[in-house]
Amino acid sequence: MRERKGVFVTVGTTSFDKLVAAVDSEPVKAALFRRGFSHLQIQIGRGTYIPSKVSGEDGELEVDYFTFSPTIADHLTAASLVISHAGSGSIFETLRLGKPLVVVVNEDLMDNHQAELAEELADRKHLFFARGPHLLAQTIESMDLESLVPYTPGNPKNIADQIDAFFGFSSPGEGSDQKGGEGEGASVSKISKLFSFFFR
Amino acid sequence: MEPDFLTIIALIVSLLVIRVTYVLYWTGRPFKRAPKTSLRTMIVLGSGGHTAEMLSIVNVLQKDKYAPRSYVAALTDNMSLQKAQVYEESLQNHENNVDKKRGAQFMQIYRSREVGQSYITSIGTTIVAIIHAMWIVLKLRPQVILCNGPGTCIPLCACAYLLKLIGWRWCTTIYIESIARVKKLSLSGFLLYKLPLADQFFVQWPLLQQKFPRSQYAGRVM
Repeated sequence: MRERKGVFVTVGTTSFDKLVAAVDSEPVKAALFRRGFSHLQIQIGRGTYIPSKVSGEDGELEVDYFTFSPTIADHLTAASLVISHAGSGSIFETLRLGKPLVVVVNEDLMDNHQAELAEELADRKHLFFARGPHLLAQTIESMDLESLVPYTPGNPKNIADQIDAFFGFSSPGEGSDQKGGEGEGASVSKISKLFSFFFR
Repeated sequence: MEPDFLTIIALIVSLLVIRVTYVLYWTGRPFKRAPKTSLRTMIVLGSGGHTAEMLSIVNVLQKDKYAPRSYVAALTDNMSLQKAQVYEESLQNHENNVDKKRGAQFMQIYRSREVGQSYITSIGTTIVAIIHAMWIVLKLRPQVILCNGPGTCIPLCACAYLLKLIGWRWCTTIYIESIARVKKLSLSGFLLYKLPLADQFFVQWPLLQQKFPRSQYAGRVM
């Protein structure tokens, strides 16, 4: 009796029929089954290609699908492998959960800057990367899940601190805000007001 | 004796030259003195990952220093303002004393160009977008603009800068290039970097910082 290991496929808010069709194809389903996965859940988003549901009773990969869900996070958490389009939201949400991830680039997109991000994260061994749905089967066959390196989430506080520093605001916990020119006479501030049209 | 028409023109031009020089000198230079009051902040949102990244930055800002906040998104973007409203409401629930006059505002702006729109009709819609941006900037009077890439930010930043040049108001533009930009800047980012319109320019990958040395790398937001 096979251990329950699920694969979750997500296209985010996009339509990515070629990926759904590739996942629904025999080579990919067979590859996933050979790699030890028991069931496949596909989030098809705005796509029009409908995959075939499979009950999995005959010793094959179970397949189910839906369009959208308010609880994508739950599906990601339950999965043992995630296959995703190259949107940064989907990528980082999955990496934050520490899930093995295969990113598939949509070659039909005009300005494909998304591939840059997936490529960089793949170079850093945080995920596996397929340049198009036609390469998904071989990516799944050859991927070594042990080689993945966990992604350490970034911290927006560093940028916030730099912005604070620009304005001279102290970061929370530090002393009072930077003040240069303390003890400026009243006359100087009056002149400043007069020329406030020009002065910042 | 009546003032000479030419003299008046010469005076205005001189004042403008002084002002423009002043603006060009101070663009990008940190404030010498911290503002005594909070800064009116405009936050530009966009589809895809832009809003999520932007809100993750706003979330760690000192809310009392960057207030009142206004959020601007494209007319055709349905989700972003909703997310911002939910976020601002969650802040209200935490604070006990809510200053109603300083609540967050949410506005929509015409897009310069929709995806796939013909370039000929784009000229007309861009003009409309610029006029609308000017109206929004005059209405919201931001002292800080935070943006991270959607095309909607260009007319807004350009109008704010134009007003700055003629001495109307001072607005500091802070640009954070999207995390999805690893090797190349987005078009908005490129324009804001090159012109230059932004006072601070952040990139989230070290390679970009090397390519664009006037940018700052302070890690990633997610």
